[in-house]
Amino acid sequence: MGLLGFYLRKFYSLVRGEVLVLPSRTIVGLFIIAILGLPLITRDPYLFRVVIFTSIFAILAASWDLLSGFTGQLNFGHALFFGVGAYSSAILNTHVHIPPWGSVPLGAVVAVLAGLIIGIPCLRLKHTYLALTTLAFPIILLGIIIALPDYTGGELGMSGLQRFTNSLMGNYYLHVITMLVLCFVMWKITDSNTGIIFHAIREDELAVKASGINTTRYKLLAFTLSGFFAGISGGLYAHYMRIAGPSTLEVSMSFTVVIWAIFGGAATIYGPVAGVFILYPLLEIARFWPEYRMMIFSVFVLVILLYMPEGFIPWVRDKIEKECPRCKIRSVAARKTCRVCTAQLD
Amino acid sequence: MNIIITGLISGSLLALLAIGFSLIFGVARIVNIAHTAFYMVAAYCIYYLSIGLGLNAILSMLIAVAGVTIIGLLAYKLVIDPIREHEAAVLIATIALAMFFQEVVLQLFTGDYRSVDFLIQGFFTIGGNKIFYQQLLTFGVVLVILLVVWFLLMKTRLGLAIRSTAEDREVANLMGMNESRLAMITMGISVALAGITGAVIGPLMVLTPHMWMEPLIIMMAVVVLGGLGSIKGSFIAAYILGFTEALVVFLVPTGAFLKGPVALTTMILVLLIRPEGLFGVAFEEER
Repeated sequence: MGLLGFYLRKFYSLVRGEVLVLPSRTIVGLFIIAILGLPLITRDPYLFRVVIFTSIFAILAASWDLLSGFTGQLNFGHALFFGVGAYSSAILNTHVHIPPWGSVPLGAVVAVLAGLIIGIPCLRLKHTYLALTTLAFPIILLGIIIALPDYTGGELGMSGLQRFTNSLMGNYYLHVITMLVLCFVMWKITDSNTGIIFHAIREDELAVKASGINTTRYKLLAFTLSGFFAGISGGLYAHYMRIAGPSTLEVSMSFTVVIWAIFGGAATIYGPVAGVFILYPLLEIARFWPEYRMMIFSVFVLVILLYMPEGFIPWVRDKIEKECPRCKIRSVAARKTCRVCTAQLD
Repeated sequence: MNIIITGLISGSLLALLAIGFSLIFGVARIVNIAHTAFYMVAAYCIYYLSIGLGLNAILSMLIAVAGVTIIGLLAYKLVIDPIREHEAAVLIATIALAMFFQEVVLQLFTGDYRSVDFLIQGFFTIGGNKIFYQQLLTFGVVLVILLVVWFLLMKTRLGLAIRSTAEDREVANLMGMNESRLAMITMGISVALAGITGAVIGPLMVLTPHMWMEPLIIMMAVVVLGGLGSIKGSFIAAYILGFTEALVVFLVPTGAFLKGPVALTTMILVLLIRPEGLFGVAFEEER
């Protein structure tokens, strides 16, 4: 009993010292509690469905950010990883009869291979050339899939996949917890030394090369990591929808991912996640006026960008927090002095 | 014969679009995803003016091109110019713009398939193949416009300014060129080119609000293949990809599905050998 009390007190002081001091961390904590506690308030299947899709796409947007936001290798064909993940786990599930627990990770591995295959040639290209070339890959694959209807179902897609579970709650918690864990893993990756090298590659690749770091290897690592997470989200999507169709590979899919990620704020991981959690439900709300749905969406994105070109979340963060000029640690905007080194905040 | 005609027509379409796209990219470093959306809007304007209002076909084309240019400049001034420094933001702003145009057109004209009348009716036959006069006219107009653009870029002071800004923005600015005004003018030219494309190709195509998606991808392939910012490269690459598509459609079974993939694979293969495109200049390591 005493031991439990000790750990509880330790946990409490950790939360007070590390989480509650910053409004942004408090918001993240509240978000996690809210999304895990949602079933206590309502059991509406439609709402659950929206949250599950939002979670799946949050993984996808965060994986785009891991590649393009951090290393600056603009990938316009992120639907490729999503589609490869969806289709390969669908093929493994329907033709080889592997249960979803196996087919989703295997599908992600196939997506990693896809990342390697397109990453190796594409890394010779730079900037806009890279962006426009990656755009081509999902379309090539889409053409192949539609031309080979025997294995892939052609335009109709592959249907009749198994779900993970058929219970409402099981599905909800499976997807939400997967999303939280994977996004945390991605955030940890970007917070590590590897993440710092990714940042540096975006800022100045030549300087990174000059420091004796093999940038090609790190860019390839970014491609494969991003492919892995996007492949998982593709597999989850296919198994939840119970269909893997050509829509997973369309150009609009690639564009939507880019919109979500940049809207939320690139190179942050939490930005794209928040972007999806704002924009996807917005698109659902806009279903009340179905004919103006996409118009509302595009106008909303345009207006937000006009005032917050860095993205929505970094803008909010700069409003509620200040960075200490001396030790670069963030404090609440209301404070006069830094919470660590007591330097004057301006 | 059919292959040659289809190749020439789609090559011309791509050439016009790609030159506009690479102009604005070269001068202002804007990847304008909405470029083909302007082409779609122009085609619909002509449809509305000539069939809805019953105006003369050529008059409605002129009005449509002017109108689209004004819409393009307004969009540039209101949406793109304020966030020029943030490249990523500009990118999704243009995507959102394209979606916005698509939705507006969808609301005004519904998603039904529409078509515009030919300017001149009739056809003649060579070796059993029909060739419509409209196809010849389109090809002729495209050549004239390409010549005009070439003249503008190579022989006038404005062209010199555009080319030098495309080469090195900072130095051009230091030499006294008003960079933001130049970007504005280039945007106007580029959108006007997209509008003209819509005007001349419109009669040969089926109009739908989603017609901007397909040429967008191939247009980007053309621009990359020819080398970003190279007009000559875009021109040649457009015909290469135009003929590739035509060959695939006519010679391969299920070719209609594979025409995009084959064209894009061609682009990727060329890029593997020459990463800066056919006629592109290898960019200095930008810092």
